[in-house]
Amino acid sequence: MATVIIPAQLRKLTGGKDRVKAKGRNVRQLIEDLDRQFPGFSEQLLQDGDVKPSIAVSIDGEMGTGGVLEPVGEDSEVFFLPALGGGRENPGG
Amino acid sequence: MAASPNGHDYRVIGTRPVRHDGIEKVTGQAKYGADYNFPGMLYGKILRSPYAHAIIKSIKVDKAAALPGVKAVITANDLPALPDKMEQAGEMALNMSHLSANIMARDKVLYDGHAVAAVAATSPHIAEEALRLIEVDYEVLPPVMSVEEAMKPDAPILLPGLRNKEEGPDKPTNVATHLQFKRGDVNEGFKQADYVVEREFKTAMVHQGYIEPHNAVGIYNPDGHATIYCSTQGSFVVRSLSAAVLGMPEGNIKVVPAEIGGGFGGKTTIYLEPLSVLLSKKTGHPVKLTMSRAEVLRATGPTSGSTIRCKMGCSKDGKLLAAQIWMAYEAGAFPGSPVGAGAMTIVAPYNIPNLLIDAYDVVVNRPKTAAYRAPGASNAAMASETIIDELAEKCGIDPCDFRIMNGAREGTPQTAGPPYRRIGYIETVEAIKNSPHYKSKLEGPNRGRGVASGFWFNVGLQSSAIVNIHTDGTASVVIGSVDIGGTRAAQAMIAAEVLGLDVNDVRPLVTDTDSIGHTDVTGGSRTAFATGWAVYEAAQDVVRQLKERAAKLWEKKPEEVSFANGLFTAQGDGIKPMTIKELAGRLARTGGPISGRATVNARGVGPAFATTVIDVEVDPDTGKVQILRATVAQDVGKAIHPSYVEGQMQGGTAQGIGWALNEEYFYDERGILRNTGLLDYRMPTCLDLPMIETCIVEVPTPGHPLGIRGVGEVSIVPPPAAVANAIAHAVGVRMTELPMSPPRVLKALLSKRTRAEAQAAAAGS
Repeated sequence: MATVIIPAQLRKLTGGKDRVKAKGRNVRQLIEDLDRQFPGFSEQLLQDGDVKPSIAVSIDGEMGTGGVLEPVGEDSEVFFLPALGGGRENPGG
Repeated sequence: MAASPNGHDYRVIGTRPVRHDGIEKVTGQAKYGADYNFPGMLYGKILRSPYAHAIIKSIKVDKAAALPGVKAVITANDLPALPDKMEQAGEMALNMSHLSANIMARDKVLYDGHAVAAVAATSPHIAEEALRLIEVDYEVLPPVMSVEEAMKPDAPILLPGLRNKEEGPDKPTNVATHLQFKRGDVNEGFKQADYVVEREFKTAMVHQGYIEPHNAVGIYNPDGHATIYCSTQGSFVVRSLSAAVLGMPEGNIKVVPAEIGGGFGGKTTIYLEPLSVLLSKKTGHPVKLTMSRAEVLRATGPTSGSTIRCKMGCSKDGKLLAAQIWMAYEAGAFPGSPVGAGAMTIVAPYNIPNLLIDAYDVVVNRPKTAAYRAPGASNAAMASETIIDELAEKCGIDPCDFRIMNGAREGTPQTAGPPYRRIGYIETVEAIKNSPHYKSKLEGPNRGRGVASGFWFNVGLQSSAIVNIHTDGTASVVIGSVDIGGTRAAQAMIAAEVLGLDVNDVRPLVTDTDSIGHTDVTGGSRTAFATGWAVYEAAQDVVRQLKERAAKLWEKKPEEVSFANGLFTAQGDGIKPMTIKELAGRLARTGGPISGRATVNARGVGPAFATTVIDVEVDPDTGKVQILRATVAQDVGKAIHPSYVEGQMQGGTAQGIGWALNEEYFYDERGILRNTGLLDYRMPTCLDLPMIETCIVEVPTPGHPLGIRGVGEVSIVPPPAAVANAIAHAVGVRMTELPMSPPRVLKALLSKRTRAEAQAAAAGS
């Protein structure tokens, strides 16, 4: 299962845990599993069926470009963090 | 040959050819947005709010519309009402209601200069006269000009619909977002620390200061299609956002990017573009809108002013143990300051085990902020890099050594968590430490030297490229990335490198939105990285096709043909190696023309670090700070055209020094901007700056075929703190507010003298 590092403001959903295990072959399945374990994740992370524009996903140290379709490995380390570029209002100079 | 950091020897990359667009620019032939004129063209002007915060009770346009020569008058009622939520517009997600209301105020004006109506007339003078005939009835409200005022519980509310998660759905607020980043236990970290420094910093709202004001020519055709000519960093962004604001299908708009006279992030959004189309639709004529300097300063996006409280602690041998930061950024009239980026950059160069950052995005009655070169990072570094300098001083450790000791390396966790891949931060500090500048002695009274570092993420995003081979063996490179900092030359060099051509045999072209695949903005230091990657792949596509043609000529399989150093070869009797030029003349007989194509959604972005050393002399009688010498070291991955890379490093440093010493928006008590021209909004000139020295550091980005990192932004991050640290070492005062203008420095010096005199008097008594 992948390890998901929980951002500070979502740790209330995990009872304060900063990392949890979740399964899924892509980000969609991973979020679904997180939501099963800790209800509320889908609402926090998804909008119109995809990752919210304000959120970026880093998998094994690389920023994903595929939203919910981004593949997740069996032992991947997954971070959800504020997005830069594309999905935000100040993409950089 | 130029040596590559990843072991390649390049023939073209790393050299310094004359830019392809140079002659057109220096002879005045290059066409900028305001240079476009069309038969029957009308001139548009915008009526702007004289109040910082007011309800619009009514707008009467009858008298203006009746003025001879006036062809149309529009207000926000002529634009579709858009939903107050984040929505996708093409490839971007924005609150469309906010975007539309920033372009034309609907119910309220939210800053001095907010657009309330627009006119199209047969001359600019008639259009200006018509503006005076528009009657707007305002109910003036108290302005909220700072984050401190805006965050008070009883503050006037700018946007009645604005809510945040913490205060809940029933509580109107000016705080759009609160972000938090947390690692370890800061209380425990501070307990272990021998030295703790805590200060509050304020930085002023500043403008990008691009020389060319915004402009747009809109041409609406009766078939429902429109063309926009404008100065922009992103023609596809203009298309997406204009379509959303106008309620038009995106594919019905073509955007032709003009040459651009600077942007620095400020031209990644829209202001005039949809209005030019709407006025053209109403009049049946092309309509040109251009801003004055005052309009640019009053009504286009500067970057945020900010308040940052920063506390950091270390052991006496110099190990950083904890950092706690509270930061609030002015978003302007609508949410969207770069506070998230500020939070994620503020201690990004360091490995700190215990960290707590709270960051707030706050609306105030100032223009909606836009991106400005490493948005949010310079404000942040002013705070953290000043404190780092103080901690190094307390430990008695050289500031470069302190940074090397605590600096981020491959594997160090970033603020948001993911570990860095291969980065070159330490190398930038070492480059400064070993520079002739840092090794030189700085002598004389009131002189000091300061060091600071900076980080910027860089972004990847999407780019498209086409490489065409002509029958004479020359090539053209077609891209959608607007050329701000030497893009054409860099892209031509990449194609020339791959194809084995002379760089002057490659013609680079920046084209419109109908002529190339989607390409994101020239911003985020992404263009050389991502568009360069697309050009590299498109050129490789050309090589692949040419191998097929050579194979056909030689009656070989394509995989039997090799290509190196500009020559196609294959094993076999009578086969003579061929250059592209020789092969290009045979294309018609071997299958027809060749175009290589590639698109990328670039991954594996390499972040950028810079370290800067600045020497200053402070006039103790006036507080004026003179920059004596400045050197910047930056990790650029691989410099494609070193002159343009150095230009970016120098340009960012110059802007950072302006931010440090002089630039700020002056608002009066009514929230009216008082310095609306470049005489009063004081950017540095060549008389204020020495030649800025550069050290190019090349630590290639893993995964990129050329190892490129973005180079356009990070050099603006260290200068404010480097200057503040230099002032501290020159005259012994720690500056905590930007700009460090003569009155502020003098005030700090006088306070220091007063304290010293009081202490002397106390000691004497």
